Amino acid sequence: MADTVIDAATFAELQDTAGGDFVGELVGTFLEEAPQMLAELRTAMAEASADRFRRAAHSLKSNSNTFGALRLGEMARVLELGGLVTDAAPLDALQAEYERVAAALQELSRG
Amino acid sequence: MAETGSRLLVADDNKVNRLLLSRSLELQGHRVACAENGRIALEMLRRESFDLLLLDMEMPEMTGFEVLEQLVADLQLRDLPVIVTSSLEGVAHVARCIELGADDYLPKPVNAVLLKARINSSLEKKRLRDQQKELVRRFATSEVADDLQRSGFSLGGKRVVGTVMFCDIRGFTSITEQQTPEETIELLNTFYTLMFDAITGCGGVVNQMVGDGLMSIFGAPLPLADPRGSAVRAAREMIELIELLNVEREAGGKAALRIGIGIATGDMIAGYTGTQSRATYTCIGDAVNLAARLEAHTKQAGRPILIDGDTAAGLGGAWVLEPLGSVQLKGKAAAVEVFAVAT
Repeated sequence: MADTVIDAATFAELQDTAGGDFVGELVGTFLEEAPQMLAELRTAMAEASADRFRRAAHSLKSNSNTFGALRLGEMARVLELGGLVTDAAPLDALQAEYERVAAALQELSRG
Repeated sequence: MAETGSRLLVADDNKVNRLLLSRSLELQGHRVACAENGRIALEMLRRESFDLLLLDMEMPEMTGFEVLEQLVADLQLRDLPVIVTSSLEGVAHVARCIELGADDYLPKPVNAVLLKARINSSLEKKRLRDQQKELVRRFATSEVADDLQRSGFSLGGKRVVGTVMFCDIRGFTSITEQQTPEETIELLNTFYTLMFDAITGCGGVVNQMVGDGLMSIFGAPLPLADPRGSAVRAAREMIELIELLNVEREAGGKAALRIGIGIATGDMIAGYTGTQSRATYTCIGDAVNLAARLEAHTKQAGRPILIDGDTAAGLGGAWVLEPLGSVQLKGKAAAVEVFAVAT
């Protein structure tokens, strides 16, 4: 499971219950919203705002798990529970994983 | 399916969550509105009517916890079913939500089947609660129903100073003999409608209806600034309404209705008497007995409204009173001062 970017079973179930077209739109919304959450994490780190940091990580975790982006979800979860970071490395790793998730989701919702 | 078409509010700061929850609920046949944070959700709940709230916890401006706290404190909203949908971790959060009155807690991502089951169960519970409330309202006054809802039911009562009024129809037996039972029921319904209107309009509560009579209380369960004046004002209105009714009755060739009203004020215990399974809201005290005796005495006195000394003393000259002196009432050890209210 750790090797897949998107858990196929979770994504298929989502399409099943909410409808394929709707999930396509939902992916679009996520791809608009997620970059703002990633940016919010960096801003919160720069301003040392633990509340904003936790909330942004929480949101990203929640949405990642919805689409079956389990690894991204787990990374966001670690940030949510771990609190403010002082070094941008975990945020860079998160960003890189998000890029993979975004590409995979676009692929899946086209298919 | 009875639940179809319920109106639900989704409060979540995350757009993907809002869209997905709305979609799931709409697929289940519900109508859905959304709020982006707790503050907006509360505003919408106070403005519009919803059957259920799906509440996220982690939200800017006002968190779900704060929303739950506000709902509990709000008489209009405290019965609204709330299902928390959150990805906050830890049993402590779940426990806190339940303690604050949430019906249920669903972890995100929300499983659609589970969501449907929980929502239907919550809506069903709400429907039963609404039915119960409706029943209480039909068989008790709305003041008593509110008091019950606020403080729950318990036998026993609290000590208050209140004014009690008894009223009944003079010569009711002979009226019933002159007409059909259907006409009598219709007359009683008209009579009660008019009397309720006057009494509740003046802040009183009708707590008993027996045959052709009724008992009402001014100053309990809700305190009134001027229970004596309110009761006398209600009595005057009752007489006026009966006179209006009599114009109609006489035009229809029917006998005029006469009523007698007795009013007394004093210390009393107001509360529920009866058993745990069947009880009634009432007042116990000397004033209750006295008001009933005064009402009975209106026949001999030939005056429609009689009040006791305590009520008279508290009126502050706002009404024209005719002192009838000390009267020895049936069942009373000592004579009491009686006054007639001019009509």
